[in-house]
Amino acid sequence: MSAVTTPAPPPTPVEPAEETTATVRRSPLTHPVLRRLLPLLVAAAVLVPLAALLWGSGHWPDALTVDVKTPLDDAYTWVVHNRDTNPVFLYFLLHLSNWADSSVTWMTDLLETAGWSPVIVVAVLLSWRIGGLRDRRGLKLAGITFVAFAACGLLGMWQATMETLALMSVAVAVSAVIGALLGLGAGLSDRFERILRPVLDTMQIMPAFAYLLPLVLLFDIGVPSALIATIIYAAPPMARLTSLGLRGADTGVMEAAESLGTSPTQRLLTARLPLARKEILLGLNQTIMMALSMVTIASVIGAGGLGEEVFRALSTVDVGSALAAGIPIVLLAVWLDRITAVAGERLGGGSAPAGSSWLHGSRAWAVVVGTGAVLGAAGWTTLIAEWPEAWAVDIARPVNQAVGWFTDHLAEGVPVVGGTRTWAANFTTWVLDPIRDTLTATPWWLLVLLAAGVALLAGGWGAMCTAAAAMAGVGVIGVWSHSLDTLSQAIAGVVVTLVLGFAIGVVAARVPLLERMLRPLLDTMQTLPQFIYLIPVVALFNVGRAAAVAAAVLYALPAVVRITTQGLRQVDGATLEAARSMGASTFQQIRQVQVPLARPSLMLALNQGVVLVLAMVIVGGFVGSGALGYDVVKGLQKSQLGLGLTAGVAIVLLGLVLDRTTQRSGRRTTGR
Amino acid sequence: MMNRKNLLRAATATALVLGVTTVSACSAAKTSGSSGSGGSGSVTIAVPSWVGAEANAAVAKYILENELDTKVELTQLDESVAFDALNSGKADAILEDWGGAPKKVKLYVDDKKSVVKGGDLGVTGHIGWFIPKYLAEQHPDITDAKNLNKYASLFKTAESGDKGQLLEGSPSYTTNDDALIKNLKLDLKTVYAGSEAAQITQIREDYKAKKPFISYWWTPQWLNSQIDLVEVKLPEYTDGCDADAAKVACGYAKTPLQKYLGADFAKNNEKAAEFLKNFNWTNEQQNEVAALIADKKLSSEKAAEQWVKANPDVWKAWLPK
Repeated sequence: MSAVTTPAPPPTPVEPAEETTATVRRSPLTHPVLRRLLPLLVAAAVLVPLAALLWGSGHWPDALTVDVKTPLDDAYTWVVHNRDTNPVFLYFLLHLSNWADSSVTWMTDLLETAGWSPVIVVAVLLSWRIGGLRDRRGLKLAGITFVAFAACGLLGMWQATMETLALMSVAVAVSAVIGALLGLGAGLSDRFERILRPVLDTMQIMPAFAYLLPLVLLFDIGVPSALIATIIYAAPPMARLTSLGLRGADTGVMEAAESLGTSPTQRLLTARLPLARKEILLGLNQTIMMALSMVTIASVIGAGGLGEEVFRALSTVDVGSALAAGIPIVLLAVWLDRITAVAGERLGGGSAPAGSSWLHGSRAWAVVVGTGAVLGAAGWTTLIAEWPEAWAVDIARPVNQAVGWFTDHLAEGVPVVGGTRTWAANFTTWVLDPIRDTLTATPWWLLVLLAAGVALLAGGWGAMCTAAAAMAGVGVIGVWSHSLDTLSQAIAGVVVTLVLGFAIGVVAARVPLLERMLRPLLDTMQTLPQFIYLIPVVALFNVGRAAAVAAAVLYALPAVVRITTQGLRQVDGATLEAARSMGASTFQQIRQVQVPLARPSLMLALNQGVVLVLAMVIVGGFVGSGALGYDVVKGLQKSQLGLGLTAGVAIVLLGLVLDRTTQRSGRRTTGR
Repeated sequence: MMNRKNLLRAATATALVLGVTTVSACSAAKTSGSSGSGGSGSVTIAVPSWVGAEANAAVAKYILENELDTKVELTQLDESVAFDALNSGKADAILEDWGGAPKKVKLYVDDKKSVVKGGDLGVTGHIGWFIPKYLAEQHPDITDAKNLNKYASLFKTAESGDKGQLLEGSPSYTTNDDALIKNLKLDLKTVYAGSEAAQITQIREDYKAKKPFISYWWTPQWLNSQIDLVEVKLPEYTDGCDADAAKVACGYAKTPLQKYLGADFAKNNEKAAEFLKNFNWTNEQQNEVAALIADKKLSSEKAAEQWVKANPDVWKAWLPK
C-alpha cells in the first residue's frame, strides 16, 4: 500500500446545514444526532437485554463462536495430500502455478543473460523515447533512468533488482490487462459497476499481507503465490480509473460521434477509449506502484529479489545492508513513477512535435529499438553479464554506525525528556494498557452497538450494517480478545499518527520551504519496505506493543501529512485573504478558516491513517505486538493456516469497522 | 439501447473464447516444481533465516560448484515451510533441521515418502534460557531455575507488567516456555519478540546498557561470540519428558541437527545427494564460518571460500567416492 496516493474521492462539500442545526437546542428528541440514532436505540433497547440475558455480558459468548480454525487446518492438510492428484489442481490451479513459475523464470533469465549493460542501454533509450527524443523531459527521464540503474548496480544489488523487475513486469502486465477488462465492463455497464464497486472498496482497505495466506493455501510458498498475490493486489486501481475515464467521456464529443452514425463499437474504440487515455495511464501508474510494494512484501512467502535481500540482511541485524537493498526499491519506484507520469503529461500536451520525422512517432520507436539492439549487442559481447564486483560501493558500515549512534543517543539518558525507551514504557503502561483493559472490560454487545452507532452517524445505514456485522464477525470466528488487543494498538497508533500528521501538515502548508524539503523524505519513507524499520524501532522502543505502534505511525504518517497539507493548501486564497484583512492571527486563520474549509480532506486523512495503521499491524507482529499480528506471522512461518488465516480475516474485519466508522464521505449509495 | 446489447454480446463472446482456451489447456499439469530440480546438474538448498544455516549452505554451495560442477541455488525458507518445498520439489535439501516440525516429518517422510532423511549434520543444537554473564556474577544463585522467582522483579518490563519478562524469539522456533513457566510456577511471562532480528536487537541493547534480562536462546549462534551469555539450569531433560506439550516441566534436549533431501532429487542426482549426506562438521567449524558472515560482515560466498581453502582435509572426506 506504500507509495500509492489513493485516489481521493471527490471532496464532497461540507454540509453546513448540519453544523448549524447541531447547535440549536430544542427538545431532546428532535436533536438531529439523536433523531438519526433513534431507530438503532429502539432496536438496541429490545435486543440488548435479550442478548445479555441469553449469553451474558463481558467477553464474547462461547455460544456464538464458530470454530473455523480446525476446518481450515483440515483443508490445508487435505490440499497438501491431494495437490498432486485432485483434478481441480491438476487441470486448473497447477497450470496457473506452472505458468507463473515459467513466465517469471523466463523473464529473469532474459534479463540476466542480457547482462547489465544492454539492460541499462535499453532502459535508458526507452525512457528517453517515452519522454520524447527532442524534449527536455525525455533527456531528464533518460538521466533518472541511468542514475537509478547504475545505483542498483553500485549497491551490489544488480541481480536482485533484475529478479524483482522480472516479477514486477509479469505481474504488472497481467494486472493491467485484468484491471482494464474489469474497468471496461464497469465503465460500460451500470450493473457491473454496482457489483464491482464494493468489491474494489473492500480490496482497498485489505492489508497487503492478508492476500498472502489464502494463496499460500492454494499454491504453496514460492513465486506463483507471490505473483498471483501481486496481480490481485495491483489490479483494482487500473479497473477503477479505467471505468472512471470511460464514464467521464465528454458528452458533447460522444453526441457528435453518434450523430456521425458510428456504431457503438466504433465509438468505444475511436472516441471513448482515447478520451480516457489519461485516466488509464494514471491507473497504470498506481498499479505499478502497488505491484512494487507487494513484490517486496511477498518476499515473506518466497518471492525472491530485493525483498528477500532486505529480509536476509535483517537476520544478521544489519540495517545497513537492508537499506542497500531498500534503496533500489525506492529508485525503481521513482523511475517507474516518472515514466508513467511523463507519458501522461505528454498525452495531455499533444502539441505537434517539431524536427526531423525520425525523432517522433513510430519512426522514433524504430530508431530507439535499432540503437538499443546495436548498443546492447556491443555491450553484451565486450563486457561480462554480471555487474563487476569492483564497482560495488559498501554503504552498510557507515549506515550501521549512524543508526547505532542515533539509537544510543536517543534511547536513553536524554536530559529532561528522558529517552525513547522511557517514553515507550510509559506509553505502554499509561496508554496502551488502559485502552486494552477498557475494551476488554466492555460488554461485547456494547462494542457492537458502539460500532453500529458511530458508523450510522458517519456513513448511514449501509455503513452501520457493515460495521456491526464486522465487529460481531470478529467474535464469531473466535478471536475476540486478540482482536481487542490489536484494536487498542490501532486506536493508539491512529491517534498518535493524526496528532503528529496534522501538526506537521499544518506547519508544512504554511511554510512552503519546509514542504519542499519534506516531500522527498515522505516519498522515500512511503516506498521503503516496512521491514527496514524493525531494527531501529526495537532499538529505540524495546520489543513490545510500543515498538509496533511506532512502526505503524512511521508508516502511516507520510500519507496523513501529505493529504493534510494538500487539503489546507486548496483552501480558497481569497477567503484566507479576507480573514487576514480582518485582522485574524495566524492561529485564528488556521483554526477558524483553513481547518473547517479543509474538513473533507482532513476526514480523508483520518480514514487513510486508519487504513494504513491497520496495514502495519502484521509487521508489528515482527517486533512484539503480539495479538493478531503475531498470529498471522506464526501462521505463515509455521504453516498453521487455520491460525494465520483466522487472524488475517479478523484484521480485515477490524479494518471494515474502522473504515466505516471514520469514512464521513457520505457514500452516494447511502442516500442521506 | 443498441449499444449495450452489442457490448454484452461482445463480452459474452470474449468470455467464451477465454473459456475455450482454458479448457483446451486441459492436459494435466506437471506436478513437480519446474525450478531447481529440473536439470540433473542443479541443486536448490533451503536456507532458514539464521546464520548457522547460511554457513552450511554457503560451504555446501562452494564445494558443489567448484568440485562437483553442480549449480546450486539458495532459497530462503523457514523451517517448517522448507518441508513443503522439499515435498513439492521447489527445494532439494534442508541442511539444518531442529526438529521443529515433527508433523511435517511424519507426513512427508513416513506417509508420502517424498522426503528422505539425510543423516546428522554433526552440529548439536541446544535451546535453553540464558542470562548475561554480568548478571550471573552479581547473583551467583540466579543460574538455577529454582531461584528465579527471587529475581523475577529484575526482569520486569512494561510489556510483562508485574511479572518478569522472558524474552522469546521468532514464532517459527520450537518453544515450551509457556508450559514450563506454568509447571515450574515461575513469576515470569513470555514476551514474543516476533522475529530473530527483533530479539537479537533487544538482547544487544540490553547487554550494552548492562541491564538484567533473561531470554530463550540457543547454541550454536553467532551472537554468542560477541556477548557472554550463561545458561540457566532447567530441570534436566529426560527422554519423553516433553511428550505432552501442556505438561512439560523439563529443559530442552540436545538436538543433533538433521539433514533432509527431496526423494526425487536423491534418486536423480546421486553424486550431489551423496555429498550432502556426507556433509558433516562440528559446532566450532560452523561457528567459524558463521562468525565470518555475521561478525566480519563477509559475504557468505567469501566466508565459505576462506574456510574451504583453509580446511581441505575436512571436506575432502565428504566428496562422493
